[in-house]
Amino acid sequence: MIYLRLFFEFFRTGLFAVGGGLATMPFLYHISDSTGWFTHAQLADMIAVSESTPGPMGVNMATYVGFTVAGVPGALAATLGLITPSVLVVLLIARFLTKFRTNPAVDAVFYGLRPASCGLIAAAGLSVAALALLDLSAPIAEAIQWKYVALAAVILVLTRWVKPTKKLHPIVFILLSAGAGIVFGL
Amino acid sequence: MDQSRWKTLWTLFWTFAKIGAMTFGGGYAMLPILQREIVEHRGWATEEEMADYYAIGQCTPGIIAVNVATFIGRGQAGIPGAVAATLGQVFPCLVIISIIAGILTNFAELKVVQDAFAGIRACVCVLILNAVIKLFRTDVVDLATFLLFLAVLAGAALTNLSPVLFVVAAGALGVVLRALKLDGRARKEGAK
Repeated sequence: MIYLRLFFEFFRTGLFAVGGGLATMPFLYHISDSTGWFTHAQLADMIAVSESTPGPMGVNMATYVGFTVAGVPGALAATLGLITPSVLVVLLIARFLTKFRTNPAVDAVFYGLRPASCGLIAAAGLSVAALALLDLSAPIAEAIQWKYVALAAVILVLTRWVKPTKKLHPIVFILLSAGAGIVFGL
Repeated sequence: MDQSRWKTLWTLFWTFAKIGAMTFGGGYAMLPILQREIVEHRGWATEEEMADYYAIGQCTPGIIAVNVATFIGRGQAGIPGAVAATLGQVFPCLVIISIIAGILTNFAELKVVQDAFAGIRACVCVLILNAVIKLFRTDVVDLATFLLFLAVLAGAALTNLSPVLFVVAAGALGVVLRALKLDGRARKEGAK
């Protein structure tokens, strides 16, 4: 049953992804590798669409993957799977809310979890970079796609160091890059 | 259930659906809109409660926006309220993403769409890098967390192991490291 499988895969993602935003990404890469439901390239495109549409990234990604795998019912199964652990955890801890927040054991667990989550996202980022900036089918000397490396460098400068553009929404840079990509393809 | 209870659940669903449709990015991007809608307009939570929910969302697994919706829904109407608010929060995502995914799937074969996404992927690398830098600055606080970051980065990049393993191991390691640190500090103070 594909819907149950989707629900379960995303339930696990929701239970172990810590730190919001892109935290679900490493789990989606693993799902891609272990199920073959979608490719790494599709996943990179899903990240772009999820950044450009309203709503939390993690939920958007789950909906997109679910839809790609099994249409609207798939989108529903994946999204419900993703949010169920959050709902259960919150309902469980809501009673002793303040105690939980100041609990040294919880704090210690997250002391280890946070840098690990950051490392997982960085590793997933490397596979996006390999996909976007390298052509692994080409001979090694020609593997680097300089046009796209230059585009990434420009976006990096615009998002980190140029004051007027630094605060712009990611959608601006995504649209800009889409235009550049179309020009590169002419 | 009587009519007023259904009405409360509907209001919860609808309010969070509006918030979900209006915010780009979830998490902290949502905070100003939550403050306006939930704290000022509806009076469902105080500023302090909202800050607490965010802090808890940070130290529980899952999506922060969903955690906040669940907290507020529960406060207003128990477990059914939690479910109504959370479903409201994700409802716009389901609709919007399904439509976009449906459209894109139909046009995925077009050269112009493929070229556009080739450009977009270069941009996505940078967005991920920026997110990693931001997380790195708050999460990597000392040598131990730096080494843990490097180890997980290398392990995840070079092997095909499930991220679940890394998360569970890192959580356990966090407890051990903290215990060692406290132990070391106690010994130092004992030596004085």
